[in-house]
Amino acid sequence: MASYLVRRLAGTIPVLLLITLLVFLLLHAAPGDPASLLLSDATSEADVLEARQRWGLDQPLHVQYLKFFTAAVTGDLGKSFRFAQPVAELIATRLPATVELAAFSILIAVTLAVPLGVWAGARPNSWVDNLGTSFGLFGISMPNFWMGIMLILLFSGSFHLLPSAGRSTYGVVGAQETGFYFLGSLLGGNWPGLKDALLHMAMPGLALGANMIGILMRVTRSSVLEVLHEEYVVTARAKGMAERRVLWRHVLSNALIPIITVAGLELGTLLSGSIIVETVFAWPGMGSLLITGVTSRDYPLVMGLVMMYTAAFVTINLVIDALYGIIDPRIRY
Amino acid sequence: MESSTRESAISASSSGLVAASRNGVTWLRSWMRAKVYVGGAIVLTLVVVGTAAPVLAPHDPNAQQLRRTLLAPQWFGGTHFLGTDNLGRDVLSRIVYGARVSLLVAFAVVLISGLVGVTLGAVSGYFGGKIDFAIQKSVEVVWAFPPLLLAITILAFLGQGLLNLILALVAQRWIQYCRVVRGQALSLRTRDFVTATRALGASDSVIIRRHILPNLIQISMVIGTFAMASAIISEASLSFLGLGVPPDIPTWGTMLADGRTYISTAWWLALFPGLSIFVTVLGINLLGDALRDIFDPRLKRTGAGL
Repeated sequence: MASYLVRRLAGTIPVLLLITLLVFLLLHAAPGDPASLLLSDATSEADVLEARQRWGLDQPLHVQYLKFFTAAVTGDLGKSFRFAQPVAELIATRLPATVELAAFSILIAVTLAVPLGVWAGARPNSWVDNLGTSFGLFGISMPNFWMGIMLILLFSGSFHLLPSAGRSTYGVVGAQETGFYFLGSLLGGNWPGLKDALLHMAMPGLALGANMIGILMRVTRSSVLEVLHEEYVVTARAKGMAERRVLWRHVLSNALIPIITVAGLELGTLLSGSIIVETVFAWPGMGSLLITGVTSRDYPLVMGLVMMYTAAFVTINLVIDALYGIIDPRIRY
Repeated sequence: MESSTRESAISASSSGLVAASRNGVTWLRSWMRAKVYVGGAIVLTLVVVGTAAPVLAPHDPNAQQLRRTLLAPQWFGGTHFLGTDNLGRDVLSRIVYGARVSLLVAFAVVLISGLVGVTLGAVSGYFGGKIDFAIQKSVEVVWAFPPLLLAITILAFLGQGLLNLILALVAQRWIQYCRVVRGQALSLRTRDFVTATRALGASDSVIIRRHILPNLIQISMVIGTFAMASAIISEASLSFLGLGVPPDIPTWGTMLADGRTYISTAWWLALFPGLSIFVTVLGINLLGDALRDIFDPRLKRTGAGL
């Protein structure tokens, strides 16, 4: 197992290398020169040249790439054009918001989808199953940003129940220093802060999790259906075990592998979904930062964030692979 | 090793069709037929609306009437059935024209990425060796990007535009075909009929074109249907973010982005374009579900459409 993980880890290194190269090349395929884009038209020719020199844009491509790469490896992602701040620092301040939102969405998705899927799978073609399956199809077909907008329309616009933007209310003291408002408030016993964080997270979390709910529900359902016909289930029933215990202990634990696989695959969709949902809800995470970077042509910022996202995604895939061995001891590497 | 664990894991989630059929084949058949009809009707409507947009749209989608801005939907009698936006443009006409963009982008993306993915997948699986290695490495690189991120990255650097948008979506989409087709080609390669053809002296290109590709058509159609649904969502998402189609072309995504500002006063601007996306995608997904069940109930094993 350990040697397998080491091999897999080693396998991801060339992939990450290729990604830095790809992103770097894209930057130079971009029309227009970053220096002239960034400086106003009134800037003199000499100043533009000076800026190009300062940013190292006058050097040959491979030198620029090497410089960029060696810096990136040591954690230096350059300085943002727009914010005039190190990119790594900017990302670090935004990271907790994205992590907290994504974790919350996964939590919503799993707690809703898995029981619903098991329920539907245990009674195929019943009304529960039909309702669950239609619900799943709705979740899959719903564009998450539109769902966000509709939630705002309903819960902020009509009922005035939930805040439509941001992570906290001005004046409510959360756990600002760590950046994890929800977790920090929970651990510190700060109830007003916890409630505030939860209220802000409810709508973006649901909008982001909707797709995952639909997909997880469908997978759980079909996985449970499949396992229900295994012989050990028949045995468990034959020895008089309560149906509920059969379902939740024997069936679910054996149906988990495909559920986890799909959940892992869906994390990628969740990550890219968070970019849009964060924009809809003005959530101060990495996604809204990325869009700010893209629209203001802040190339170092965009490159840094893209590498951050891909590295996170590759790591998640690695963790999921490692999880198989723990969940299902039959899987050997 | 990694892909084999993943595939075996996914294979455990087969369609459940076997179990369901025990309970009532008739019921299942009627549900499947309903899926085909409902899904097909929605997709057909989209195609008709998209192609006949200039005939069907009651107004010019870009005509501004600054004295008639933010009119609420006039269900009966009025000229603006679904209301007007902040510049007095007719919402219904813009939705009708928006169908055109969604349709164009979705078809282009599915066709081009299908062509690229199926070809590379077939070549990769059939020949193996160095070609396979190179193609699979590029698949891995694309695979490392969360789905929409690659498109955002490409558009960030290349800028807005219909062609760039299609290119950006193709860049992400082809790997799905490639992975599945490669696996199929790998197994087809050693089948008796292929060996027999080779023994008869057929060249590689003949074998691929005449014997491998025809066997990949069904699976590609199913992947293509689901790819179309997600291409429509992706197009709308990117346009919503202001990265997709230039603002002078009406699309559902840009309409939502514009309408969002007026959410507290003009609900119709946020509701109808989104509803169009949702219904379209729902229809395509229904059709895809039915196609999958018809062609091969076990196709879920490949993870197509998940």
